[in-house]
Amino acid sequence: MSLDKNTVAKVANLARIRVEEKDLEPMALELNAILGWVEQLSEVNTDDVAPMTSVADMQMRWRQDEITDGGYQSEIVANAPSEEEGFFAVPKVIE
Amino acid sequence: MSDLTKLKIAEARDGLKDGKFSSRELVAAHLTAMDSARGMNAYITETLDKAVDGATQSDDRRAKGDVGKLEGIPLAIKDLFCTKGVLTTAASHILDGFKPQYESTVTTNLWNEGAVMLGKVNLDEFAMGSSNETSYYGNVVNPWRRTTDDQPLVPGGSSGGSASAVASNIAMGATGTDTGGSIRQPAAFAGIVGMKPTYGRCSRWGVVAFASSLDQAGPMTRSVQDSAIMLEAMCGFDPKDSTSVDMAVPNFEAALTGDIRGLKVGIPKEYRLDGISAEISNLWEKGIEWLKNAGAEIVDISLPHTKYALPAYYIIAPAEASSNLARYDGVRFGLRVEGVDLDDMYSKTRGEGFGEEVKRRLLIGTYALSAGYYDAYYLKAQKVRARIADDFKEAYKSVDVILTPTTPSAAFAFGEKGDDPLEMYLNDVFTVPASLAGLPGISVPAGLSADGLPLGLQILGRPFDEETVLRAAGVLEQAAEFTATPTAWWRG
Repeated sequence: MSLDKNTVAKVANLARIRVEEKDLEPMALELNAILGWVEQLSEVNTDDVAPMTSVADMQMRWRQDEITDGGYQSEIVANAPSEEEGFFAVPKVIE
Repeated sequence: MSDLTKLKIAEARDGLKDGKFSSRELVAAHLTAMDSARGMNAYITETLDKAVDGATQSDDRRAKGDVGKLEGIPLAIKDLFCTKGVLTTAASHILDGFKPQYESTVTTNLWNEGAVMLGKVNLDEFAMGSSNETSYYGNVVNPWRRTTDDQPLVPGGSSGGSASAVASNIAMGATGTDTGGSIRQPAAFAGIVGMKPTYGRCSRWGVVAFASSLDQAGPMTRSVQDSAIMLEAMCGFDPKDSTSVDMAVPNFEAALTGDIRGLKVGIPKEYRLDGISAEISNLWEKGIEWLKNAGAEIVDISLPHTKYALPAYYIIAPAEASSNLARYDGVRFGLRVEGVDLDDMYSKTRGEGFGEEVKRRLLIGTYALSAGYYDAYYLKAQKVRARIADDFKEAYKSVDVILTPTTPSAAFAFGEKGDDPLEMYLNDVFTVPASLAGLPGISVPAGLSADGLPLGLQILGRPFDEETVLRAAGVLEQAAEFTATPTAWWRG
């Protein structure tokens, strides 16, 4: 599997990371080197192996569905680059 | 009073108890030392006022007989832990000006035990790196230098600021985080002890997330005993972290009995890499000899999937990172770069806010999780991870701990491994497998290279058996008699 410049542009768009046109080609080379090296994983027989999804042998805990905390509107928006009336402000989304 | 900075945590604890000095004096000595060590760039933020206030309050508590496990001990905090009202950067431009409104559980636990914060220490950006060369706040310099030249060396990473600060006596101990070796590798490079506990021991709540199934906090100190003391204060069940394990915290210090007679120590043949330096393999042989002399039984074991740990890690960690780091979008905190519309703002903010290594990993992770490639990369890596974890499970049927080198080499110079990401990734070859399996591990300084740099040995244990790991590490430490310290060039 090999990544070309267009795929890198597509992935960068999915990740919402602006990559300059001139950087796409070198980035493709770097990513291909890494992915090429990762290819060796195909040597491992993983038929009948379940993917590891939890590290510690444990059951997820249950808890009551109740409000135990909150009421921090001003703290929540305290670090916002742009804030209005206790809300996060973003560029206009709906035309 | 400058000698106070040379004390280990256990020694300072005794001195404070016996009234030989106060926490204020101890902290003042550290602040002076920090002042003369700025050239190392270990701290991103020094919290002078907080340190002095914390020490004063600690002395007051002590006067009232209220003494925590780390009462009055000055510590450095990796700048990946959220600290209330104190700039928290993850060494990234994208968190510009971020002052958390809450305190991480691990640091809360430390303050509850009386510890005092000196400041926030440097790291690789978002903990992604093995040399501390990816920090937006500049490189951290290793206090150690080769005897053969004056070239500045990397402190390892990602907890490079923690390692340098502890090794140069500008913190008595520091918190680190380990995702693939980020505590153990810099500890080895800086000649100190670094311990990653079992996944689930320390709460991840309030720690800036890199790869959530791997991230684990731990102590970095100048002795095994200090690590035991600090770890005990750091860990404990936290309902705010869904993977925190509800288990009693043992008295880790009490585990350091010095008695390992009959302990079965595994030596994995797959860690004998082709082309590994004679220095590293000789040190490993010495370690085997030391443990054998202390009455341990050495057992040859096999961890057949070792060579696949790094490639699996470099799919899993970036995949998790690509999801975790989606939150940096210029809306809720940190940097915002305006764009023509919302999407453009996201892309510009992230394009400008993330450094090269972070972007590289986010793109790899996004690709590995994208439609059509998920099975081939992410799912495959998670299956290989299961096989690596099984290797360890099998091995622990016949051994109690595993002994390996911590790193394939001593600290290197800046730029020496910068050009090829893959070469840099190989630094973590001995630490990543245990990270994938979630196992506890410790690096103990065990000797010097021919050109005078520290080298570490690693002990890995069974899940939640930190006590045996610490006990074996204590014996290793005693046998190694590592007393070398770096020359204080930074005071120059």
